[in-house]
Formats: sequence, C-alpha cells, structure tokens
Amino acid sequence: MGESGIGPIQQADVSTIRFKNGAEVRGYDPEQYFQPKHLGFMDRFAQFAVIAAREAVKMAGVEWTPELQDSTAIVTGSCIGGRGSDETGYRELFTNNRNRVHPLTIPLSMENAGASHISIEFGIQGPTFTISTACSSASHAIGQAFWMVRSGAASMAITGGSEAPMFYGGLKAWEAMRVVSSDTCRPFSADRSGMILGEGGAMLVLEPLETALARGVQPLAEIVGLGMSSDAFHLIQPKYTGPEKAMRAALRDARLNPEEIGYINAHGTATGANDQMEAQAIHAVFGERAGSLPVSSTKSMHGHTLGAAGAIEAVATVLALRDGVLPPTANYSKPDPDCVLDVIPNVARKLAVEFALSNSFAFGGLNAVLAFRAYRS
Amino acid sequence: MPETIEQRVFKVIAKNQRIPLEKVMIDSSFEDLSIDSIDSINILFDLESEFEIEINDEQARQIPRVREMVEGVILLVNAKEKASHES
Repeated sequence: MGESGIGPIQQADVSTIRFKNGAEVRGYDPEQYFQPKHLGFMDRFAQFAVIAAREAVKMAGVEWTPELQDSTAIVTGSCIGGRGSDETGYRELFTNNRNRVHPLTIPLSMENAGASHISIEFGIQGPTFTISTACSSASHAIGQAFWMVRSGAASMAITGGSEAPMFYGGLKAWEAMRVVSSDTCRPFSADRSGMILGEGGAMLVLEPLETALARGVQPLAEIVGLGMSSDAFHLIQPKYTGPEKAMRAALRDARLNPEEIGYINAHGTATGANDQMEAQAIHAVFGERAGSLPVSSTKSMHGHTLGAAGAIEAVATVLALRDGVLPPTANYSKPDPDCVLDVIPNVARKLAVEFALSNSFAFGGLNAVLAFRAYRS
Repeated sequence: MPETIEQRVFKVIAKNQRIPLEKVMIDSSFEDLSIDSIDSINILFDLESEFEIEINDEQARQIPRVREMVEGVILLVNAKEKASHES
C-alpha cells in the first residue's frame, strides 16, 4: 500500500491547462459492464455508481425479495453528476454551430442518475435520493442512509458516491480556482502544492448488525456515528470550528470519547487552507493526543474524487479497521509546523484499532464526519 | 499621458472589488482592502484579461499586497513584450 494512482490525465486534452495530472480509472471499458444500448443512457459517473453498487451487493450476499426491495433505501452522493454530458451537449451548440443537443442530455446529467440506475438495476423501490454537498456529498449520503437504517425507516441501504470530473470545461474551472497541484498530492506536507482531482465510485450496503448476522454474512465493520455542521463563514475559506463541531457531533452520535478513536481518515486535500485548518480542528477535539493520533489522507493515492470522496474514504476506513492496517499519506516529504499530526507517512502501518473517523469538508463550509467500529465476532 | 501599469492595476482592483479607486494604494495590504483568497483569485482573473497575460499558481501564491501584484504584472507584461519583439 502507499502506491499512488495519480498520473497524466488521458480523458481530456490538458495541453492548455496548467495542471496535467489526475487520478483516473485506468483501463476501464464500459462495454465490459453494460449493454451498449444502456450505455447511451449513462454518464460515466452513473456507470461508476452502478458498478460499485453491484460489487457491494454481491459482496454482501444480498438476496432480493419483494419485501426487501420495497424497504431498501438508496442514498448516493455526487457533486457534479453528469456535467460532462452537459458539456458534450453544449459544445454542439457553442462550437459546432448545431441548433440542438442530444435528447438525453438532461437524464444523463442529473445528479440523481446514479441512484436511479441502481434502483432500476436491482428493482429497489424504497426511498431513493441523492445528496449534493460538494466534497461532503458521499459522507452526508452515507450518514443519512445510516440514520435511516438505524431508525428503522429502511431495512437496508445502498449508499456511497460517484464522480467523473475529467472533462475539459470542468478541469478549466478547477484551474481557475488555483487549488490544483501541477504535480502531485502531498497532504499535510510542508511542500504541498494543492489537490489532485480523481474519479471513481464506492458503495456500501448497510443493514442492522443482527440482520446481517442472521443472514449468515460477515460484516466488514460497523458504522456507529454521523456528525454534521456548517462553518457559516465563507464559501471557500474553511474555518476549523465547523469541522471541530462535526467531529464532536460524530463522537456524540456514536457515544464515544475522543480517546477511543484510533485512526482518522482525514479530508486532507493538500491545499494550504484545508490541511492547516483540519490539523487545528483535530487538535481542538483531541487535545494532547492529536499529535500522536494516526491520521492519513488517502487522497494522496486516489485523488480528490469530490462527491465520491466520502465513500471511497469510508471504504478505506472500513478496510483499515477490518485488516488492522492503516493506510498511509503518500507523497509526504516534509513536516509542516502548522500540521503537527502523525500522518502515517508513505508506508502503511500494521495497527489494529477499534474506532475510526472519516472526515469530509466541503466548499460552502458543509462538513460531515462518519464514525466506524471494527467488527469483531 | 498613457496610463501606467500601476494605474491600470489599481483600476482593475477597484472595479473588481467595487471600492473607490482612491482607496487602492501601492502599500495597501489585501487585508486593508478586505480582500480575501476568493477575491484575490477574482482579481487575478481580471488582470489576466486586462493585460493579456497568464499568472501561474506559484506566482499567484506570492502576492500578499498590492505592491507585489503591480510588480508581478509589470514582470509578465515586460516578458510578453520581449517575447513579441523576438518573434
């Protein structure tokens, strides 16, 4: 572990863009997963949502019954949905002088397309919706699904997020924000130079522990808490008090004390603003332990997948708990005095921990933190 | 007399931030002018249009005050003129 998936962006012509690297899903052939006819109805982000849901359902050994299909919820997160399909359509109007766009432009681009395709795929007819809170989308989605299952509003949930942001106009918009690194993603490192965009999807199957055990399946981990907050401060400049409140809320929801947390999967974007602020928030919550508490940013390997980030990082956290191996912060080279944390530099660490947090903080100041517990039978 | 680069930069800042031109001075810090990070990105965007230059992210990070902004634009404008004479 510790291998970075970051490399030259291949899906778009980046010759006129200041950054050249991203974390793309490589060697992906959609026709291996979908009928050509169905592909016409699916933006890349929706394809990732369905593929991840199929893997999760298979791994969870779900056997659908009409009752289960009626009572299962689907909650997905996506920041930009199928905006790449919007771009394709608008290019016809603006540059190719056409007078019309493809008739499926709207259903391709809608943010809920991933959730809808999952519903159609499995015949799931329970509560199904999408949450779009920028980079916190998937964590908000998973948290919402968790609360629905815990309260009994749904007997099972498929939840996570997906994103496909590698299209020219979108990349240009990120370039204009001046937050993307020209080489790679080095979270918490003094020489960090910004984020690296990534794409992909991840989905979880959530159900009550006793139901899973009664079905005879082995849970990967338990989800035990959700904390949410808003900075109420600035559209893009984060303030540590918001993330601090969200982490405290997640601990409260999980009925945990800070000292019980053994690992944090950080938001860790590798921007100047996030990493310093996140370190400050962790210090505010964990006090003296903050400097020695293992904290890593897996974005250093899979990039910032925006609305899918919370889901991919939830999976990283769950597998860390299951396997007793904490993922590293890759590309780390130099300690930053403003980020005094044990960032698990460059090499994964064999360490069994019982409880972990996964942080997501979004533009707009919207924060969502999930708490997980290792499952020990 | 044609406007200096400095005067043009001041105008871009004042117009972008919707503040009186006389408030923008060479020694103003962005803090003095209540210019935060998102405002700064906005101003750089307008400066790139005004002077037909491209300001890279590394250069952009090193601008805490109006003075550095003016000096940076002068450097880029001179480099552009030199390049156009050579070609």
